[in-house]
Amino acid sequence: MDIQLKRGLLDVCVLAAIKNEDSYGYQIIKDMKPYVEISESTLYPILRRLEKAEMLTVRSAEHNGRLRKYYHIEEAGLKRIEDFKEEWKEIMSIYSFVAREEHNNE
Amino acid sequence: MNKSEFLAALRERLNGVPEEDINKSLDFYGEMIDDRVEDGMSEEEAVGALGSMEEIINQILSEVSLPKLVKEKVKPKQALKAWEVVLLVLGAPVWVPIILALCSVVLSCYLVVWVMIISLYALDLSVAFSGLAMVATAFASLVQGQFAVFGMMFGCGLMAVGLSILLFFGFNLVTKGILWLSKKILIGIKGLFIKK
Repeated sequence: MDIQLKRGLLDVCVLAAIKNEDSYGYQIIKDMKPYVEISESTLYPILRRLEKAEMLTVRSAEHNGRLRKYYHIEEAGLKRIEDFKEEWKEIMSIYSFVAREEHNNE
Repeated sequence: MNKSEFLAALRERLNGVPEEDINKSLDFYGEMIDDRVEDGMSEEEAVGALGSMEEIINQILSEVSLPKLVKEKVKPKQALKAWEVVLLVLGAPVWVPIILALCSVVLSCYLVVWVMIISLYALDLSVAFSGLAMVATAFASLVQGQFAVFGMMFGCGLMAVGLSILLFFGFNLVTKGILWLSKKILIGIKGLFIKK
């Protein structure tokens, strides 16, 4: 897949993973796993980027005697998800047109 | 490799990256290992699951800006002594121009990349416009009754327009290549700053 496209998609996936409740790094990877596999080295820059863009905020909380970072989605992050859904309605309708054309040619 | 060995190795390799960025990434990867261990993995397995060290370093480097790396490199390890300050001031006529020259080299590299891309599309546009102009001229000669001239100009004009369209797609690919390459080079340059 086009790298630029995939990067943008993964940003939204990470936001979706923390949308309903705050989550932490490993949990995000586990939640995404059935749909898309990402590695830690991919997740890390995404989280940094989203934090810089103020789409999420980070807080540290104690867990089993150590600190764990929890990520909380912000207004801008929620908006990003909504924008994504709107964009993809259009893309999906284009997809169904393309798929239909192929079907007719068979 | 267990957790502390991995984190020590990562810190070693990131030598030259600002301390704040190192600590943030070590925290992140440390937490990842702890969570995997809690999930039932051994420390060694957890470290293995993180992926390759090179990949991790490249990702961290791509997030740190080049000026930040340069600043980190030239930052003195301890406060300057009086004679060092005097030497720096006296030496200013020498090192200021050198620094300026280095900055202009970096700046011109950036410019070259963008100018290359702009000139490609300028070339493409000029081919397209000359084609359109030839088609227009062709009709002018048609009005004057010069049919042979009309045929040649019209044909050449269409060819130029067609060529410009093909060139456009070619140039898009070339641009993508240039941007990809300049990104690779930037990572390479950043890599130089964290090598000893």
